[in-house]
Amino acid sequence: MSKSVGKSVARVDAYEKATGRAKYMDDLCDRSALVVKICHAAIAHGYVRSIDTAQAETVPGVVRVLTCFDVPNLPFPTAGHPWSTDPAHQDVADRLLLNRHVRYFGDEVAVVIAEDEVAAMQGVRALKVTYDELPFVLDVQKAMEDGAPQIHEEFPNNILKHTDLRKGDYQKAILEPGLIRVEGWYDTPTVQHCHIENHGCFAYMDAGRMVVVSSTQIPHIVRRVVGQALGLPWGKVRLIKPYIGGGFGNKQDALYEPLCAWCSTMVGGRLVKLECTREETFVSNRVRHAIRTHIISYVRPDGTLVARKFEAFSNQGAYASHGHGVVAKGMGAFPQLYPCDNLECDCWSVFTNRPAAGAMRGYGIPQAMFAGESHIDDICKAVGMVPLEFRRKNLMPVGYVDGFSKNELYTDTFNQCMDKGMAAIDYERKLREYQNQTGPVRKGIGLAVFWYNTAVWPISLESSSCRMVLNQDGSLQFQTGETEIGQGCDTAYSQMVADAVGVPLRDVHVVSSQDTDVTPFGTGAYASRQTYIGGFSIAQTAAALRERILEIAHEQTRMPVSNLDLADGQIVRKSDGRVLKSLGDLATESLYSLENSQHITAETTAQIKSNAYSFGCSFVEVEVDIPMCKVKLLHMVNVHDCGRLINPALAEAQVHGGMSMAIGYGLSEELKFDEETGRPLNNNLLDYKLSTFMDHPTLEVGFVENPEPTSPFGTKALGEPPACSGAPAIRNAILNATGVAIDCCPITPHVLYRQFKEAGLITD
Amino acid sequence: MEKHLTQYQTVCFNLNGKDVERTVDVRASLTDLLRNDFRQTSVKKGCEVGECGACNVLIDGEAFNSCIYLAVWAEGKKVRTLEGLLGPNGELSDIQQAFVDESAIQCGFCSPGFILTAVEILESGKAYTDEELRKLLSGHLCRCTGYENILRAVKKTMYRRLGRELPQE
Repeated sequence: MSKSVGKSVARVDAYEKATGRAKYMDDLCDRSALVVKICHAAIAHGYVRSIDTAQAETVPGVVRVLTCFDVPNLPFPTAGHPWSTDPAHQDVADRLLLNRHVRYFGDEVAVVIAEDEVAAMQGVRALKVTYDELPFVLDVQKAMEDGAPQIHEEFPNNILKHTDLRKGDYQKAILEPGLIRVEGWYDTPTVQHCHIENHGCFAYMDAGRMVVVSSTQIPHIVRRVVGQALGLPWGKVRLIKPYIGGGFGNKQDALYEPLCAWCSTMVGGRLVKLECTREETFVSNRVRHAIRTHIISYVRPDGTLVARKFEAFSNQGAYASHGHGVVAKGMGAFPQLYPCDNLECDCWSVFTNRPAAGAMRGYGIPQAMFAGESHIDDICKAVGMVPLEFRRKNLMPVGYVDGFSKNELYTDTFNQCMDKGMAAIDYERKLREYQNQTGPVRKGIGLAVFWYNTAVWPISLESSSCRMVLNQDGSLQFQTGETEIGQGCDTAYSQMVADAVGVPLRDVHVVSSQDTDVTPFGTGAYASRQTYIGGFSIAQTAAALRERILEIAHEQTRMPVSNLDLADGQIVRKSDGRVLKSLGDLATESLYSLENSQHITAETTAQIKSNAYSFGCSFVEVEVDIPMCKVKLLHMVNVHDCGRLINPALAEAQVHGGMSMAIGYGLSEELKFDEETGRPLNNNLLDYKLSTFMDHPTLEVGFVENPEPTSPFGTKALGEPPACSGAPAIRNAILNATGVAIDCCPITPHVLYRQFKEAGLITD
Repeated sequence: MEKHLTQYQTVCFNLNGKDVERTVDVRASLTDLLRNDFRQTSVKKGCEVGECGACNVLIDGEAFNSCIYLAVWAEGKKVRTLEGLLGPNGELSDIQQAFVDESAIQCGFCSPGFILTAVEILESGKAYTDEELRKLLSGHLCRCTGYENILRAVKKTMYRRLGRELPQE
């Protein structure tokens, strides 16, 4: 039956992108636009005392200067979460368009609107800002101390939120004689998404409404936030999403759309454009939470986990953005991945004077996997077990059901994934080979697994809507609120629609752009949800469209609906398989009928109250030059079970990208700050070490396809999972090579120098 | 007024085979000129300081980050953008088709720059090893692909143009 799903068809947008014709935000903006440039705070914490705008206003070309003293007092939330009608579950509204209370080095304090970019920048430079400075804090645990600088008045000790999880009796369980205690601290860095297209947007008033065109993952959500920030009814805001040059979670926040829209209102609704520079993107968009994790495990000599303690301190930065959800998701994985009867888990999200942390590919899981999977190998070292065997013994067993999400592990997928990864990298042979090395250059092999929860139910709403409109030739337009941001969902959707409706792939026209005036509601690209969630509304809407088509076919052919089918774009009589007419003929006759003209469409919303675990693992082989404190990646393999593959080639490509991000996370990427001033030190692509073409080994990808029973297409999360297990696998391979348990990432030569020295492997 | 005038200069160059002339702000980058005056949407802005490679164009056959190349420097040069690769009926060139076939394109923002550096590599007529190709392509950053399929696309096209079989891995 399936004709398109499962095939590696070319991307629907490949031609447009291979020719440079695909229109991104800036390609669509008329050159008459006024340009907005932001004046960013040059202190880490304090209050703006005054802004002298006189000189800026005299710069030729400057149209308007606006400061933090001019903005409406309408605090708004920015997180790309579905809105909750329950005030207790709404995102923290802690932002103003421009801020008098400066909470990080780079906070927005004023804007200059000018006729061109040069004039706007000259205007910003001519502003004279004076501050009343306050002490600042960058470290997550120092920010929790009594007397630490207070960043948001309503959150004592800067704690945005604390949650815990208890099971059994940890304190009693650890008294069992003969247990081995393993303790570790694991630090992960502040990193940035580094999509190659920076965020930007433009805005103008049209017929009394605000129109914003933005590089965003979440058009329907940003529409709501712009309404909230400007005090406009949400229907007065129209949000349009064109092609997007990558997002990875950064654009899963309302970034500068509210500010840009407000600027337009302040110049009479004229067209204004706000484009971030790369330097601004690093600091004044969102970053991934740096999380410090403390784990204690009590283990029997045979490797049985008896009791475990988990504490995670999440560096939230200056504003709540996605808030506590990120570290909470990471903590949620802890008891599930390696079930244990006695647990004490706590996590805190803590404000500091760093850039605001939001969503980034993996949403807390890369941090949790770095800590958790590093710790598992530390346990293996302590009890003398092979890391793979320990995992086989302790990982989530088949039939495991999570009490909260009701997710179930239906198949032996972890072992299947690990078997495939082992074979690809020749694990057992290399493990033996690398056992007793002594020289300055040593090789090692390591692995890490991950678990990732598809979509956001039951924490939040999961629904998706789509519309299918049949054309006279039997082809159809497909529209959904779920967004293509580079990952390939438009292509996967076109394949799913073709099969679900019963038309050839070439007859499905995906409308790639979302426009909140015409696109059905959907919350957008996040939580690796779209293929899973979108699949429900595609299946449901296709069924409705088919029903409608077959009713009309009945009218036109006089055959009973029960004897009719739509397959490959043809109306077929089931009893003998005869093609009665083409879908195109049916649609044309229906539309132009002088008796009963019908425009054939279907539109439905599917609400989804299920969820699915997505699984996988990474295997890594490294060569460590101990005196040089350098790591070379020799081989990297990722194996994933994301259910049935909709498009194997695009799935593989998606995994490559995640592995690449994990390489950077493991070895080189970190946004650094000056301890004296709080100023970011490397917010550019030269000094921030994104992994390059030359930092990659050949990336090998495997899949285990266990169809997900809750999905109409048997699919589940793949967008974020590839970024989750690579960094701890690298770390564990270094442990295997050197015996040194690295306590943080990225594992730079500086880190290796410190830890190799501590371990006595090198001397000064 | 005089100060205003001295900021502009006329530049004559060849863009994708056609002689063109524009009066530009002497401070403007070639990226700005190509995007604003010629609507070459393939020329992308990712950093505007020569770090990411998204704005790459070929100048007299050599790859340059057009964001740090002044528009006035294009005087007398032959400038090629991705738009110039397309056949008269919209046919993709072999390297563009290889990017499509090998799933080397995701968000598409780095793709034009990569493809033009690939053209420079391919037009050299040389056979490069994987390591050499990685180095030659390393002026471009990509966050979506892990570079794997980009390497495959360039390598496949290089072998095809050289009339050789692609070695089996």
